[in-house]
Amino acid sequence: MLRVEDLHKSFDDFRAVNGANLSVQKGELVAVIGPNGAGKTTLFNLITGQLQPDSGKILLNDEDISKLPPHIICRKGVARSFQIANVFPRLSVFRNVQVSVLSQQRLSNKLFQSASRLAVQETNRILESVGLWDRKMDVAGSLSHGDKRILEIAIALGNEPELLILDEPTAGMSPEETATTMALIQRLAADQGLTILFCEHDMEVVFGTAQSIMVMQQGQTIVQAKPEAVRQNSEVQQAYLGGE
Amino acid sequence: MFGEMIRQKQFGVSIAVFVLLLLVPLFLPRFYIYFLAVIYLTALLAMSLNLCVGHGMLFQFHHGVFYGVGAYTAGLLLAKTSVPWWIAFMAGPLAAAFAGLLIGIFCIRLNRLYFGMLQISLGSLIWAIAFRWYGLTGGDDGIHGIPIPDFIASTTSSYYFVLVVMGICLILLYLILKSPFGSTLQAIRDNPERCAAVGINVRRHQLMTIIIATFFGGAAGVLFVIVEGSIFPDLLFWVLSLEIFIMCLLGGWFTFAGPILGAAIIVSLRTFVGAYTEYWTLILGVILILLIFFMPEGIMGYNYRQLFRSRTKYASQIQME
Ligand SMILES: Nc1ncnc2c1ncn2[C@@H]1O[C@H](COP(=O)(O)OP(=O)(O)OP(=O)(O)O)[C@@H](O)[C@H]1O
Ligand SMILES: [Mg+2]
Repeated sequence: MLRVEDLHKSFDDFRAVNGANLSVQKGELVAVIGPNGAGKTTLFNLITGQLQPDSGKILLNDEDISKLPPHIICRKGVARSFQIANVFPRLSVFRNVQVSVLSQQRLSNKLFQSASRLAVQETNRILESVGLWDRKMDVAGSLSHGDKRILEIAIALGNEPELLILDEPTAGMSPEETATTMALIQRLAADQGLTILFCEHDMEVVFGTAQSIMVMQQGQTIVQAKPEAVRQNSEVQQAYLGGE
Repeated sequence: MFGEMIRQKQFGVSIAVFVLLLLVPLFLPRFYIYFLAVIYLTALLAMSLNLCVGHGMLFQFHHGVFYGVGAYTAGLLLAKTSVPWWIAFMAGPLAAAFAGLLIGIFCIRLNRLYFGMLQISLGSLIWAIAFRWYGLTGGDDGIHGIPIPDFIASTTSSYYFVLVVMGICLILLYLILKSPFGSTLQAIRDNPERCAAVGINVRRHQLMTIIIATFFGGAAGVLFVIVEGSIFPDLLFWVLSLEIFIMCLLGGWFTFAGPILGAAIIVSLRTFVGAYTEYWTLILGVILILLIFFMPEGIMGYNYRQLFRSRTKYASQIQME
């Protein structure tokens, strides 16, 4: 469903993404790994339109989306979370998720209807499914770091995405939180048939959940394969796993 | 949509205040009736700006221009043409909204600082036109003695007209703020990047906000013509824009009603202090600095923090706004 071909992106002279390739099949759980600064976040920003590539293709269901702005890409069924918790700090947890549900239902521009009556069921269902139901009246800025990360995922779910992109969903979480979050992600993939692309530093998490792993180094894709194959790949071992 | 508004506690209070304000002209001398009317229309002006500044974080530094465009449009139509009054009145906000669209299209492409700077320059251009075009606008002198329809020509009747129009506009602004449009706007304020990533066309939403805000700003301009019977270039001058901006900050820019309080304070100061000193802009500057350092959320914002310490309550409070 998603295919990235020979993607390049430079910041001034620095080649942050320098020949990235990626393929994600429908229903798959795909991980991107690579050392700090490998270009994972930049790759995700290119896919979701926050950044525009210098060259290369990004095909979503065979349509090139590499020149589209973020909100259009989102409407084509790609939602994401960010590496640094990226919520609406002054709004309540409920409103945070409702914003994306309203957007999904094309209601964001309604002027003379009360927002508190719209998209309530859907929003509540999402809050329940991620376990933020009892915090729904809290202002998002007051949540713990772990809960903010979960809220990020909930906001992305509000868009009913076909493809969900998660940038280090467990970064900064305690081991318990990490376990809960990964269980949540696997449940979403299984129950809702979501296709998920994520990146992650915790190798245990990656090899425990991903069906396909893409390894990046210095902006370049070294390999994409099944976990066992990646583990055995000598280039990867040298470049990355060995160094851990 | 009205039902929910009516259930709010503040709604009862607002009705009581409104009734009280209806009775006020029976007791007050004429000057104070006029003075209150100026506060109301300025409050509407500040509320319209706050849609951009407080709820949208769009630093509309030269909002006074749209107030002026509304006033000039209505004033010129009344003074120089024979169109019916209601067309002149409607043309004011529409012309202001159109100016908002034109200026907004350029401004929203820029980040916050440049947004404000471009606004000031484009706004000053409109001011210069009003100032220089003697034949049409009367230049520096402006136009005085604009014919106002009889039914609102007296101080008291214009007071009632301003009060009712302001009331209706405030209800509309309230509904807009509670609508999906309004809550999306507040989400954009908090985090535009995230909004784009959930499928919201951020720039179009901001442009819509500017158009709505300038529409109500223009409506305030028309009310000014009704109360004052004159137009002059100061209506479009940057000092006025600074005043309105301070009204929002002072009253509480993250609150709904804060700008009303801010308008009452600044208009009072201007009337009773500003008229006697050349240093009015200096006073404004000092107020602004004090606000930024000591009360960045304004008077009402400050009170909310004090009253609603627990975060749950604070959250529902924020939602209400
Ligand atoms: N906007 C930018 N301007 C300049 N350089 C940037 C920018 N964004 C990223 N970079 C650089 O590009 C490189 C890749 O960054 P990126 O954030 O994509 O890495 P990453 O793989 O996500 O790393 P991490 O694991 O630390 O999150 C880094 O060296 C970073 O400094
Ligand atoms: Mg990263």
